[in-house]
This record gives sequence, structure tokens and C-alpha cells, in this order.
Amino acid sequence: MSETILTIALAYAQIALALAGCLAGTRILRGPRAQDRVLGLDALYVSVMLLFLVTGMQLGTAFFFEAAMVISIMGFVSSVALAKFLFRGEVIE
Amino acid sequence: MMRLVPHPVLLGSLIVMWLMLTRFSLGYLILGTVLAVIASWAYNALHPVKPPIRRWRVILRLAATLIRDIIQSNIHITWLLLTERRGTRRSAFLQIPLEVRNENALALLAIILTATPGTAWLEYGSDSGILCLHIFDGGQADHYRRMIDQVYEPMLMEIFE
Amino acid sequence: MTPLQSVPLAVAIPVAIFVVLGSTLTLIGALGFARLTSFYDRLHAPTLATSWGTGGIIIASSLMFSFIEGRAIIHEFVIGLCIVVTTPITLMMLGRAALQRDRAEKSPALPPEMLTRPKRKDRPQD
Repeated sequence: MSETILTIALAYAQIALALAGCLAGTRILRGPRAQDRVLGLDALYVSVMLLFLVTGMQLGTAFFFEAAMVISIMGFVSSVALAKFLFRGEVIE
Repeated sequence: MMRLVPHPVLLGSLIVMWLMLTRFSLGYLILGTVLAVIASWAYNALHPVKPPIRRWRVILRLAATLIRDIIQSNIHITWLLLTERRGTRRSAFLQIPLEVRNENALALLAIILTATPGTAWLEYGSDSGILCLHIFDGGQADHYRRMIDQVYEPMLMEIFE
Repeated sequence: MTPLQSVPLAVAIPVAIFVVLGSTLTLIGALGFARLTSFYDRLHAPTLATSWGTGGIIIASSLMFSFIEGRAIIHEFVIGLCIVVTTPITLMMLGRAALQRDRAEKSPALPPEMLTRPKRKDRPQD
């Protein structure tokens, strides 16, 4: 009984998070401006990180946790670097 | 004691984080403590100024208010996003003059405002003391103004100043 | 016996509720993110995913693994803390970058009073 509930809930969560990642991906492709793409990349990182956590729960292993942790840290560093570039890169002096 | 442990709060939270990431045992406690002491020395070399925290009890009250606000605004923003097509929502820019000058308090305020869905921190001028916010629901401008002026700002002043 | 079978029903129900809550909020945030028309509106959509979207899933994960392993597993909360502390920095910097770029181009997305850095009038110079 509990396995059925968990299987359905986790499958739903995987589909929802994958969809969320795809929507963030469409925003990266569509833009229209650079800041939208960077924000889309950040949203994509968060949804993929959550997808990893849910997949780890479904398989019952803790190995995905490390991957999720690395994604959350790397996502932060890359988004900040890109935001900093937008801030400095196109300034009209 | 102060030279060995320059930042006791940082040290404590690093040890707790190490134990959370591994498992609770004596060996990991010792290893984590050694690493945390080295890390707090490194932090001290980089940034020797200690944030003065006056009232620990206010922090608990702040956390409780924050959690309640996050849940409320999550519900509110979810509802707004789901009913987006009706076109009744207007977003707005807000300019709020702040009294708080302490940079730690401002950092905490930035985390609070961004963690709460519906408000986005755009800019703070340290010369003018004016905070520019973007709010998702322009109809609630007065609510957010009141929330910052009367709830968060006094608490942060009490904690840091 | 698979790991999922060893979870008692009383734990499975809250875990399922938190997982569904977290992923639904993330999905709604992403839907809003794809649908909203202005950048400043879109800045709000990911906070839905990073507040209770992440919160729901890490609570569920930590509850489930604690029961499977038979000891308290709370390392998920480190991810939560990491997300809570880092997201404001990203969003703040993106907001500032967007504001500066829009100001440089005098974009119509900004109301007139936002086109210049605000000055405080009622304060004497110090």
C-alpha cells in the first residue's frame, strides 16, 4: 500500500519537475534578453536539483544527494558569474 | 579563548553542518571540530569584524514571523499565477527609505525579502538609504511597505543596532 | 524487499503529500516563469521553487531516508540552507543588472521615477 502511494507520488513529482525544467529551458531559448536567459538557467538548475533528489528517493539511495548538492553550489556560482558579467559587461561609459 | 575561537557562532554552525553531512559519531565530531577551527581562523584572517548580535531572542521571533509570511505569500502568489489570464494584476516598483544602516542587517533583510515570494530586491543606495523593490502584486504595496517599516526593520534594528 | 516497501504507511502519506506539494509549486512557478511577459515579473516566479518547492521535497526526502536507514538523516537541510542563502544573491544581482541595463537604454519597462538612482530629499547631507 505504502509502496503504491510513494510510487505514484514520486512519478508525479518526476514528471512535474521535468516539465518545470523544460519550461525553464524554453525561457532560455526564447529570451528575449540576456537576463531572462540567465534567470532561466538558474530556474533550470533548481528544478534539475530537485529532480535528482526525487530520483534518489525513488531508487532509495543516498548517492543522488551528493549530485544535488554539487548542482546547487555550481548553479549558484555560474548564475552569479553571469549576473556579474551582465552588470559589468555592457555598461555604457 | 577568543584567540583560539574567534567566531564561536560560525564554529558551532560549521561543526553542526559537518555532522549533518556525515553522521553523528565521536570521530566525526573531532574531525569536524578541527576543520571548523581551521576554517574560522581562515575566516578571521579574511574578515576580522564580528557582527554584533545583541538579542538572540528576537531572532527566534523573526524566524517565526518569516516562516508564517513565506507560507502566506506562497499561497498568495500561487493563486495569482494560476489566475494570471484574467489580467487584473499589476506589478509595481516600490521605493522605501530605510533607517537600518548596518550591513549585516541589510543582508538579512535582502534574504528575507527574496525568500518571500512576491517581493524582489532590486537596488539599495547606501548613500541615500533608499531601497528599490519590485512587487508582484501592486495592489498590496501598502501591505509590503507596512511589513518592512513596522515588522522587519524594528526587529533587525533590535538585533544588530 | 525494495526500499520503498519498508516505509510504513503513516510515513508514506506525509512523504507523498510533501513531494506532491513541492513539485506542484515548482511546476506552477515554472509555468508562471514561461508565461509572464515582463522580466521583473518573471523575477518572482523562481522564488516559488526555491522556498516551498525545495522545502517540501527536502522535508519528504529527509523523512523517508530517516525511516529507511533507521537514524535521523538531515543532510538534505544543508541543501535547503544553501538554496535559501544563495538564491537572494543571484536574484539581487540579476535584478540590479537588469535595472542598470534598462536604465542605460531608457527602457519603457521602467516607470519614470526608476530611470535615475533615487535621492533622499528629507535628509540633511551628512
